[in-house]
Amino acid sequence: MTSSARSTPYWFLHYGLLAFYVAFALFPLYWLLKVSITPNDLLYSEGIRLWPSRSSLAHYTFVLAHSDFPLFFKNSLIVSGSTAVTVTLIAALSGYAMSRFDFRGKMWLVGLMLITQMFPLVMLVAPIFKLFSPLGLTNSLTGLVVVYTAFNVPFATFLMQSFFDGIPKDLEEAAMIDGASRFRAFRQIILPLTLPGVAATLGFVFTAAWSELLFALMLVSKADASTFPVGLLSFVSKFSVDFGQMMAAGVLALIPACLFFLLIQRYLVQGLTAGAVKG
Amino acid sequence: MSTMPLYEDAADQQRAPLRRFRAGLEPYLYIAPSVILIATIMLVPLIIGLSYAFRDMQLINPFSGGFVGLEHFRNLWMDAAFWLAMKNTLVWTLASVALQFSLGLVLALLLNNPFPGRGIVQALVFLPWAVPTFLSGLNWAWLFNPVVGPLPHWMAALGILPAPENILSDPNVAIWGPIIANVWWGIPFFAITLLAALQSIPQDIYEAAAIDGAGSWRRFIDITLPFLAPTIAITVMLRTVWIANFADLIIVMTNGGPADQTQIVSSYIFTQAFRRLDFGYASAIAMVLLVLLMAYSFAIILMRQSLLRR
Repeated sequence: MTSSARSTPYWFLHYGLLAFYVAFALFPLYWLLKVSITPNDLLYSEGIRLWPSRSSLAHYTFVLAHSDFPLFFKNSLIVSGSTAVTVTLIAALSGYAMSRFDFRGKMWLVGLMLITQMFPLVMLVAPIFKLFSPLGLTNSLTGLVVVYTAFNVPFATFLMQSFFDGIPKDLEEAAMIDGASRFRAFRQIILPLTLPGVAATLGFVFTAAWSELLFALMLVSKADASTFPVGLLSFVSKFSVDFGQMMAAGVLALIPACLFFLLIQRYLVQGLTAGAVKG
Repeated sequence: MSTMPLYEDAADQQRAPLRRFRAGLEPYLYIAPSVILIATIMLVPLIIGLSYAFRDMQLINPFSGGFVGLEHFRNLWMDAAFWLAMKNTLVWTLASVALQFSLGLVLALLLNNPFPGRGIVQALVFLPWAVPTFLSGLNWAWLFNPVVGPLPHWMAALGILPAPENILSDPNVAIWGPIIANVWWGIPFFAITLLAALQSIPQDIYEAAAIDGAGSWRRFIDITLPFLAPTIAITVMLRTVWIANFADLIIVMTNGGPADQTQIVSSYIFTQAFRRLDFGYASAIAMVLLVLLMAYSFAIILMRQSLLRR
């Protein structure tokens, strides 16, 4: 299957198909960017031209200076960042236990975590709202962090377990013979060796929390606790003619997601097979 | 205990069981935060939600909360919108999984062949996976909008559409809008998992087959597919469940409309809970969806076991 064994027509087809895939993957994002920098007066007159005859950053300055999007962006950063850190801490502990210990009920725990990945989370929307509102966790960023943390722990546990499995057991056993407690060996020897895994887990969870929409819509109704998706959606239903501004906001929402994509790109396979059902 | 020294004193002997107890307890301390969190935020609401299915729970009505037995299920049986949502769920899930899988497989096969620039191409084609789902939905809704999007104009020029109109507002074809967005967003998932499986196939098998005169089509059928089969089976099964539950794109792009023609069961649940604030009815639908998905998973497991036995 070496490349030299393939004929020229094959490579034509190969590159042709790949060009189609690249175009399909990038075109929607390209269009988002294009409309976001098209001045309003050209948007309708120039129709579907591939690049506007004049570009401007007016939509971005408006969105950054005269809308609530900076607040939504900050809220989303707080929620996604806290969720990522909390989940990674908790999942490092449980992933370590799954990797190193054989304990009664382990199969039940694996089964429980798999089931949580399979059932429709949308069925929890109503009961969680009902449980959270007397606790003051609706309209609050903390409430969202709690929900997102619980939803992401099972997948992150499997992911962390796969990273711990790649580290030989002898390392902490040697430290324990020297008198360190297991927890100390875990913290000072094993965890530093899994730093790439920790980073990947942080990235996956951050991306998942950044994208979450349904629970944010249900649990938050006030603008000051809105996350980016909720803010963008309410903006769309209120001012659905300001396409340039909406798309400028959309490009802003894309930035952190793309940064984290670069961070976790090397671990995509591990992450997707660990979660198996994680999007 | 045979390794224990004979001169060990009584105090040490007393401590041994305690130490063993603490060592046995250790794994549970590590998993405790996860288990507590999953139990309180997922299992407890799940059970409460199941109880709502038999109660009159409306958020706007403070006097609701009473037990109504199977009334929600009787209403559900007569609810034309629910049956339409069931049909749409089938179309949505089958079309999305089939297209994501077949396009993902072709992409994985293309990327499995080394060529210059593969790294950058791979990063570009996998990028849609990183796009937040709400943004994918909005992005495609804008592309389908004749005011700012090029797609209606192109489709009209190609003769697919009679006039440049928004397919999302045409009840007959609206469901294909979210399906296309879903395919765009989901191809990378299948491509990444299948590419990983492809790269784990030992290369010498291909070389041996080539020496024996097997053409590339034969090698694909006789080597690649059998090696990929387990990965294909598990990812397709899990993805089917995941996509059947996946309501975000529909909520964002069409909100179930026009005239419920794009409503799937999970978006219908969300609509009942979020817009009508009827938690009881939403939970009854959710219970039906849960039972159906469990039956599906169970059937798959049985099928797999009977295949393994043969």
